[in-house]
Amino acid sequence: MKARVFVTLKPSVFDPQGRTVAEALHTLGYDAVEGVRQGKYFELDVRAGTPGEARALAAEVADKLLANPVIESYRIEVGEV
Amino acid sequence: MRFAVVVFPGSNCDHDAYHAVKHVLGAEAAFVWHKDTDLAGADVVILPGGFSHGDYLRTGAIARFSPVMASVAAFAAAGGPVIGICNGFQILLEAGMLPGAMLRNRGLKFLCEHVHLRVERTDTPFTALCSEGQVLRLPIAHGDGNYYAAPAVLAALEAEGRVIFRYAGPDGRVSDAGNPNGSLNNIAGICNEARNVVGLMPHPERACEAALGSADGLVVFRSVVASLAGKGALRAVAREA
Repeated sequence: MKARVFVTLKPSVFDPQGRTVAEALHTLGYDAVEGVRQGKYFELDVRAGTPGEARALAAEVADKLLANPVIESYRIEVGEV
Repeated sequence: MRFAVVVFPGSNCDHDAYHAVKHVLGAEAAFVWHKDTDLAGADVVILPGGFSHGDYLRTGAIARFSPVMASVAAFAAAGGPVIGICNGFQILLEAGMLPGAMLRNRGLKFLCEHVHLRVERTDTPFTALCSEGQVLRLPIAHGDGNYYAAPAVLAALEAEGRVIFRYAGPDGRVSDAGNPNGSLNNIAGICNEARNVVGLMPHPERACEAALGSADGLVVFRSVVASLAGKGALRAVAREA
């Protein structure tokens, strides 16, 4: 089973990389892109009986390692592929 | 007086730290591999700078799970002095031994230059021989040194006098112009509640001899020696841990 973990900086935390990407897009003329937040994407292949089990495992490893709760939050999607 | 210098895969200031305490300061020094749990009878533990585990995931995020870190935490809990320099500071943050986190430098550049720091507090083992407001000129070399803490945490750090070093101008004035990386409140170094665990981004170990452009960093290591010499009991407690 696949668990996809999306880690992003919390909205209250300044993201210098996202800001720079946004500025580059503005330079290219994409003024309609009003903001960019850069994050990390993890695709986990997990051994789990149910989607719920896969989600719980993904949340556990996100809390422990993948995300730093001081500055980041995360979102999980679970699927067969 | 024995210093343990912890070596993680990717540490690259471990030899600088070893040289500073052994050859310049004249103390004993021992390297401790990150998979070991024996701190070699150390009186002081140094987590050196570098790029542990290639800075993958987040700086210090993987090193904090090294076996040696449980021993370092126990040593610190027993009152033993621990200093994390640059990547060592990042590891202490990830380990939760110090509060906050590091963001990418606000200008996104890896910064390799000398900066000025104002010593804010002298009531830590690593600043005991400094004077309050003293200005130290030390090198920095980091890409993720932009200190961040949630507003309540930052307020507590300030209220409890746990900001130990701030980026400043050569005259010691703290201003945005002297802030190389965007750190909140110009924070360059902090300590824990018990004040025996200190982390800072600049490199005192690379500034212990005039030939290196500055010898201002030596006071950090001299301080901990003097501090421990005056606290024989603390050493015994730390040893037992």
